[in-house]
Amino acid sequence: MREITLSRAVNEAIAEEMRRDPTTFLMGEDVAEAGTPFKVLSGLVEEFGTERVLDTPISEPGFVGLAVGAAMTGARPIVDLMFGDFLYLVMDQLCNQAAKQHYMSGGKLTVPMVLRTNLGATRRSAAQHSQSLQALVAHIPGLKVAMPSSAYEAKGLMKTAVRDNNPVVIFEDKLMYQDKAPVPEEEYLIPFGEANVKREGRDITLIATSSMVQVAEKAAETLAAEGIEAEVIDPRTIVPLDEATLLESVKKTSRAIVIDEGHQSYGVTAEIASRLNEKAFYHLDAPVLRMGAMDVPVPFSPALEDITVPAPEGVADNARRLCAGEMIHAA
Amino acid sequence: MTAKTNTDDYLRMYTQMVRIRTFEDNANQLYLSAKMPGLTHMYSGEEAVAVGICEALTDSDRITSTHRGHGHCVAKGAEFRQMFCELLGKEEGYCRGKGGSMHIADQSHGNLGANAIVGGSMGIATGSALRAKLQGADDVTVCFFGDGATAQGLWYEVMNMAALWRLPVIYACENNGYSEYTKTEEIAAGSITARAEAFGIEAHRVDGQDVLAVNELAQTLAARCRKGEGPFFVELMTYRYHGHHVGDINREYYRSKEEEADWKENRDPIVRFRGWLVAQGIATEDEIEALNAQVKQDAKEAVTYAEAARYPDISEVDMHVHAETDPATLRPGA
Repeated sequence: MREITLSRAVNEAIAEEMRRDPTTFLMGEDVAEAGTPFKVLSGLVEEFGTERVLDTPISEPGFVGLAVGAAMTGARPIVDLMFGDFLYLVMDQLCNQAAKQHYMSGGKLTVPMVLRTNLGATRRSAAQHSQSLQALVAHIPGLKVAMPSSAYEAKGLMKTAVRDNNPVVIFEDKLMYQDKAPVPEEEYLIPFGEANVKREGRDITLIATSSMVQVAEKAAETLAAEGIEAEVIDPRTIVPLDEATLLESVKKTSRAIVIDEGHQSYGVTAEIASRLNEKAFYHLDAPVLRMGAMDVPVPFSPALEDITVPAPEGVADNARRLCAGEMIHAA
Repeated sequence: MTAKTNTDDYLRMYTQMVRIRTFEDNANQLYLSAKMPGLTHMYSGEEAVAVGICEALTDSDRITSTHRGHGHCVAKGAEFRQMFCELLGKEEGYCRGKGGSMHIADQSHGNLGANAIVGGSMGIATGSALRAKLQGADDVTVCFFGDGATAQGLWYEVMNMAALWRLPVIYACENNGYSEYTKTEEIAAGSITARAEAFGIEAHRVDGQDVLAVNELAQTLAARCRKGEGPFFVELMTYRYHGHHVGDINREYYRSKEEEADWKENRDPIVRFRGWLVAQGIATEDEIEALNAQVKQDAKEAVTYAEAARYPDISEVDMHVHAETDPATLRPGA
């Protein structure tokens, strides 16, 4: 199978959906000729023209608001939010407006829009261009949240996001844009709410999202060499969450670590760990561990930044200790 | 003046204003008698604004409304029965009781909904206009908001885009003189119309108590929007008779009773228009009284109906969080 970059995969997904549905259009800062600073959207304006690929002013609440209104009245906008950190700027439009219209109107209004943005530290971009804010939006009823972990997922999830009748926030890992993965030539979509078992194992379950999937896979390789078989699961969407697949795995392995690049406190890892504790308690041989980013603003200095996010060695170390029974009485 | 030839239009405008006033009188009573959950914001006094504008629109034209939104809802064509049901949180309300007074939406008549965030619908209205332009549709969107909302940054962001892309949107600022409990002059520097003009948007100021003046301007601007000449801005000078919300009873610390009496006695939009209708020979006093009585009766029946109507079943509490997506559309090749 051919291999393409995550960036190319996103571009293909959007182009295919724009060809398929004339009500779809793209808007955001520097999305047209510039193709975004990450060059993910290069070439789209040449095919679809400036009518359907709209460069906006630097007005995040404004253009997200426009997308909500366009979506409520019969269009399917795909909005580009250049950095995930700018989510704070658009919270009212996304969380008070987009997320609630369907419910507040008793099901009459719908907001089929995609907000594509990114996450990920260790790019030396400091505290306001490095955050992983998926927990913020996953907390709000009415939104769906997709977290692709490779080019394959990026394409399949984006296509589903565009066709979904709800506001969907899709987080791409900005450090993975140039990473290649096998992606079929023929059309495919990845349904929301279906986790992917990336690697099977009997001793411990590593549940990892987006950028952390490759961290978990590396840890699993290290552990395999030591005789510990880790199962690696990528939920792919955290709203909706494929709880059944996660529970099934944990009931088999009886141990789990949840890994996500958002801040650990009150985060995605806490939510998933809590559900496993509630629903698989009697199957567990050890407490479910959370591994998120440190609860500090992302520092600039490489010496500091690198230690704020989970790394394969840390995951493997925690897995070893869990499997050895060292953390049963951790408290 | 071509009064005689537009008799039906004038009588409908009058009726719609009376329907708004009557709706609000009943809503206020429901609140005061503790029959209505929560609170509400009365539109009384501002009827000529909503009616003058909405009578210039069709059902395919859209509006966005505000927390003070009952007037817009009635003016855009909504029925009393579903409105009162919504205010009382009943199943047959426009939003199945999930929205209430501050979120009434009536999509069948193009009302995209009231919004409880001040200025919160400015993006939605402008986005509706963007959709119209992209799809080559000829509908117009009117964005209603108050003078208080002119202090929100969102307005300047969306006006900029509306002007850059020549979108068919009319920003209708209902300047009722007060931003909640504060005089507008204390929260708004300079001129409000000049703010729109700074973006190259044609701005108008009109007497919001004169339904004919409002309607004439709205007709002109809506027609020009359809020809691609939008966006436009209109500041409508008006007055709210009640407090910021129904519980805002003692208001003398921010406005005098004399001022309120002056607006009610000398500038009431319904009294003024009624006088004009009679003077023009469009309707007699008796006909108007009969019309008023009919509206009162309609409202009474709708309130009675809504009071007796069912609450939604509790199984509806987690319905409508997400919209359904047809699985067939998610297949390759679909």
